[in-house]
Amino acid sequence: MVNLTVNGKARMYDGDPDMPLLWYVRDDLRLTGTRFGCGAGLCGACTVHVDGQAVRSCQTKMSTLAGKTVLTIDALAANGAMHPVQKAWVTHNVPQCGYCQSGQIMSAAALLKTTPNPTDADIDRAMAGNICRCGTYQRIRAAIHTAAKERA
Amino acid sequence: MFIENISLNRRQFLNGVISTGAFVVASRLVPEDLFAQTAPAGAAIFNTKADTAPLHPSVYLGIEPDGTVFIVTHRSEMGTGIRTSLPLVAADELDADWSRCRIEQGVGDTRYGDQNTDGSRSIRDFYEAFRIAGASARSMLVAAAATQMNVPAAELTTANHEVVHAKSGKKAGYGSLVAAAAKLPVPKKEALAFKPKTAWKYVGKERQIYDLNNIATGKAEFGLDVYRDGMVFASVEHPPVVGGTVKSLDDKAALAVKGVSQTVTIDAPKPPLLFQSLGGVAVVANSTWAAMQGRKKLNVQWNDGPHASFTSEPFKAAMIEKVKQPAKVARNLGNVEAEFAKGGKIMEAVYYTPMAAHAAMEPPAAVADFRNGKCEVWTPTQNPQAAQDTVAAALGIDKKNVICHVTLLGGGFGRKSKPDFAAEAAVLSKKLGKPVKVIWTREDDIHHDFYHATAAVYHKAVVNGRGKPTAWLQRSVFPPIGSTFGAPAPLGFELDMGLDDTAYDIPNIRAENAGADAHVRIGWFRAVTNNFHAFAAHSFADEMAHAANRDSLEFLLDMIGPGKIIDLKAQGVDYSNYGAPIDKYPVDSRRLRRVLEVAGEKSNWGKKKPGGGWGIGIAAHRSFNTYVASVVEVEVDAQGRVRIPRIDQVADPGVVINPDRVRSQLEGGAVMGVGLAMFGEITAANGRIQQNNFDGFRVARMNDAPVQVNVHFVESGNLPTGVGEPGLPPVIAALANAIYSATGKRVREMPFSKTKLV
Repeated sequence: MVNLTVNGKARMYDGDPDMPLLWYVRDDLRLTGTRFGCGAGLCGACTVHVDGQAVRSCQTKMSTLAGKTVLTIDALAANGAMHPVQKAWVTHNVPQCGYCQSGQIMSAAALLKTTPNPTDADIDRAMAGNICRCGTYQRIRAAIHTAAKERA
Repeated sequence: MFIENISLNRRQFLNGVISTGAFVVASRLVPEDLFAQTAPAGAAIFNTKADTAPLHPSVYLGIEPDGTVFIVTHRSEMGTGIRTSLPLVAADELDADWSRCRIEQGVGDTRYGDQNTDGSRSIRDFYEAFRIAGASARSMLVAAAATQMNVPAAELTTANHEVVHAKSGKKAGYGSLVAAAAKLPVPKKEALAFKPKTAWKYVGKERQIYDLNNIATGKAEFGLDVYRDGMVFASVEHPPVVGGTVKSLDDKAALAVKGVSQTVTIDAPKPPLLFQSLGGVAVVANSTWAAMQGRKKLNVQWNDGPHASFTSEPFKAAMIEKVKQPAKVARNLGNVEAEFAKGGKIMEAVYYTPMAAHAAMEPPAAVADFRNGKCEVWTPTQNPQAAQDTVAAALGIDKKNVICHVTLLGGGFGRKSKPDFAAEAAVLSKKLGKPVKVIWTREDDIHHDFYHATAAVYHKAVVNGRGKPTAWLQRSVFPPIGSTFGAPAPLGFELDMGLDDTAYDIPNIRAENAGADAHVRIGWFRAVTNNFHAFAAHSFADEMAHAANRDSLEFLLDMIGPGKIIDLKAQGVDYSNYGAPIDKYPVDSRRLRRVLEVAGEKSNWGKKKPGGGWGIGIAAHRSFNTYVASVVEVEVDAQGRVRIPRIDQVADPGVVINPDRVRSQLEGGAVMGVGLAMFGEITAANGRIQQNNFDGFRVARMNDAPVQVNVHFVESGNLPTGVGEPGLPPVIAALANAIYSATGKRVREMPFSKTKLV
């Protein structure tokens, strides 16, 4: 039995302890904003926050989450107000197909917590694990700078 | 264990899929019943809100009495913004308030006309149809208002969802006119008056895509996000070699995994492969994870079949030999051999590109629900009518009994035109009697793609005193897309993408081509054969420029000359022109010249001297009826690592509907072109694909991508053409040319990262 908090709600999980968090939030909780891209921690599409840190949910076993707090893209906008990163994504029209953007946004939001005013190099380092096959990278970089300014 | 035979009636399939396929000019792109006010009862497979709205002058548009406008997008949204752009065209002609327009995604249905969303032709082929849809509704609303206000229709204008009579100050909201307008006949196309360009409110203006907020908040629904009541999950182990069959199966350990209910063997397809499932063993479970875990425990022995002989290295060597031999002539202007025989400086080069995978971020997925002889499918497909055909053939039912709902696509790039995964879900649903979701893993996607073909391209020229070619021979060899459909040799359209339509003004030109055997499924990948043809042709052009010690841009402009409409037919080319009529969309080298000139200005070409590891390259290419020039800057460090600080993309795509989305396509095209050129490589050994995931098959990440892509338009006022694909081909060549400029190394093989640069 694993007790955890997901998007502010207490949850109990008693399934396969090896199941990744990704499939728990998607199949069990139907929080489908978190995307499956590679299943190997290589693309970042499944990025969520666990205790405020960006993690790849496809590589995070349920057994490791006892007492942890999980935040997914589905609840990043608190009380309907978009997070500054989400707002910046809209301002810069970042998405093309949009599939990877949940993970991009969660990685960017985590970056700004630890590095409120990132340089281009900081952004490249933090975001290199998130693939966008449509190639929206320059807008992602610009949006992160915009979000940083808004938070400051 | 059950055996399910996915057999496919080839003729039914070819009739259905190929006729709606990517490169065949459909005789009627726009549906006949576009103007039908009411479709015959029961004619529609699925009624949209546009259909059921009282005023619906078009299959694409309907208006409710509360004023809500429903606009149907029948083309698939995979990131181009088409789901927003086509409705904008209709809304503009209607003078509708965009905030009162609702977009609906059309199911697969021939009444919409062609739905195969590839070939960069959604705007090109449907711009007029959506203008008609909007203008028809507007005309009917105005006629209704004229009666209601008792004024001549000519005195009425429209703006922002209202009909206005300026003289009297009377106004009527669109919703209030719907009931009366619905009783009027739909006007004939010839009777419609379109808004002049000066009155356009949405076309040519920046507009956020319809799904933007949903994407930013995670609410956007992709294929993987579909859940149906009572649904089970399936993961399919496909044969590692194309055409392989199950020799033996031990599924005991798989069935012992908690949550796994059963396995189902899906028979291998009969050739030609078409879009059939590759066959294999499906593990069915009550969750995605359980299905994947069960699948890992399968013990399957395979009969590999003849394609187990396929290994990339010897295949490459054979292609490079073959491309040096004479082949079938596709274009012949003047007499290349006679010119070569005169003597002079001869230049020759062979270029090579490996296979590549599409690797869209969302792996293939589908949900199917078969019941009572009918099948409903939800899937991220670029081609819902092909999905209908494929599913119908796999199930042995009529196409009319297949409803294909199109979700958002997490990328497509050509892969999702091929609905093999939808057929798998359908067959499993029929077998199991419940809804089934099939989820491909990333490894499945990389191992079982319809690959971008590997190619060898040969160029030979004799050049005059100033280094300009007087005769130019170009020849390519590659396994053709047609092989997937049972055609042995490359089809015309594959040559009409950068091989036989080179727009340089050379007095003697010959293009030749030969096929190579296909041992995997070959398919169209974003920009298709343009990628390797353009890489080779525009690299070779740059080689000639450097050999003559001339500036690359000046040399290209000299080769184009003042520009003209090129009559390819007169040169023996049966040119397919991307399915567009050649009179309306000619090969016009004046436009190619113009994008190059603008690229020179915008990129500060010639202002900075290459050196110190910095270099700059240029190329221009016409593809999908659109003209693009690319200028790429590179920095190559002491370790030979390539950084790309800047790319300038100059495009002439005719009328631009949504400038921001056109820019985003050309930005993304540059990134994908760079990724493909630098890293993109799929190889096979003994018929098995050697890459598994994004570690083995590298795509551009943020730190690999160009830091800055600047997009510029040439305002030509021409008919609108596509932008999804044309951004790639010139970038690939310009990057190779930039690397030469920086290092003096001529890279003639993709991926470029394999060549040691210092």
